[in-house]
Amino acid sequence: MTGPVDIRLTVNGQTREGRCEPRKLLVDFIREDLGLTGTHIGCEHGVCGACTIFYNGEAVRSCIMFAVQAYDAELVTVEGLAEGDKLHPLQQAFHEHHALQCGYCTPGMLIAALDYLKINADPTEDEIREALSAVLCRCTGYVNIVKAVKAGAEAMRQSTAGDK
Amino acid sequence: MKPAKFDYHSPATIDEALAILERYQGEARVLAGGQSLVPMMNFRIASPAAIVDLNRIPGLADIDAVDGIVRIGAMARQRRIEAAPLLRERLPLLSDAMHWVGHLPTRTRGTIGGSIAHADPSAEIPMILQALAGEVIVRSAQRERRIAAPDLFIGPLTTALASDEILTEVRFPEMPTEACYAIEEFARRKGDFAIAAIAVMLIHDGERCTTARFATGGIGPVPVRLREVEAVLEQRGLGEAALAAASDRAAELVDPMSDHNASADFRRHLTAVLTRRAVLKAIKDRPHDRTC
Repeated sequence: MTGPVDIRLTVNGQTREGRCEPRKLLVDFIREDLGLTGTHIGCEHGVCGACTIFYNGEAVRSCIMFAVQAYDAELVTVEGLAEGDKLHPLQQAFHEHHALQCGYCTPGMLIAALDYLKINADPTEDEIREALSAVLCRCTGYVNIVKAVKAGAEAMRQSTAGDK
Repeated sequence: MKPAKFDYHSPATIDEALAILERYQGEARVLAGGQSLVPMMNFRIASPAAIVDLNRIPGLADIDAVDGIVRIGAMARQRRIEAAPLLRERLPLLSDAMHWVGHLPTRTRGTIGGSIAHADPSAEIPMILQALAGEVIVRSAQRERRIAAPDLFIGPLTTALASDEILTEVRFPEMPTEACYAIEEFARRKGDFAIAAIAVMLIHDGERCTTARFATGGIGPVPVRLREVEAVLEQRGLGEAALAAASDRAAELVDPMSDHNASADFRRHLTAVLTRRAVLKAIKDRPHDRTC
């Protein structure tokens, strides 16, 4: 197929539809066609990680996928993390630990960190640093981001324990 | 930047994919995980007339082991390879290597077949294919053939695959249960392209080494297995003098590149240092379920 293609997918629990050229990058589709501008575009070649989203439950770089590939997929973007006005525990930890300055990388940081915390709920500082190496931040020097992920992980563990 | 226009095909079977590929006579590119191809398209280093997306073809990502051979479908994601218990047990060097491949979010999409077919000189998976004497299964509309690792890598980003062929499966002989193994890599930052990497597998009894497998990545234009280094270890053992000889030999044998990351001399130096470290690490690390 050469012309525009229909896209249907689930984003943050809602079914969304659109139509675009096959060459349209998933991140551009999310921002321009779906109007979800929380996901940022940095390097546009899969290095900086600002565009990281959840794709069928696992983190991916949305700048190096085509929107057409996400047909029928389930995405979660940064807009899908909070519940109404209540921030996700990791977002709350970023807020409390001043884990951002310009905030450009933050959506990618949050998703990449959450993805890693699904595999390792209680990471060491070294493990957090390695996981965060998937996303570039040029403001903070990472110190407060590492602290926030540590604190956020603990809050998430406690809330999971509370559910039981 | 954004990719140039292309025709998009998402075939449901490998036969359909091969037919489309043949029709475009070398102007189409196969899309696996896209972690290298799509960046190249964004930069317009690659502007294929068509994309043949393998992601909706079922059965291309199976992992199994039959008669001592581990078979991994080309579309098996690096993230899944990293976590697969069968591979952790039978090919732990490959499992460990995943840790060095990009980052977790790129391993979600990146595939074993895609990494091998892309043939980046610094990629870890091709290095493991060389170290463990693996091979790939390649299909075209007309035929199927096997290509062993030494015959596969021709140059940077260049393999023995023809433009109408698709890499469908990767095979490795199982690692002996008594084998110990290690990867050593030097890069500017974790997850960056390797400036130099070494993969080693050893079977030894004290300082006596009965089997050595040794391959490099990131140093020269293609990953290579250094049989002469293996011979040094197998003949002279794992003592200090033998290690020094093996490291020196490795540094002599490589064909290092010079680029903005590192000079050829530095890569040669790294080869010797990492050779020594990799062997020592392999001997020192005693995997919990292994006798080494």
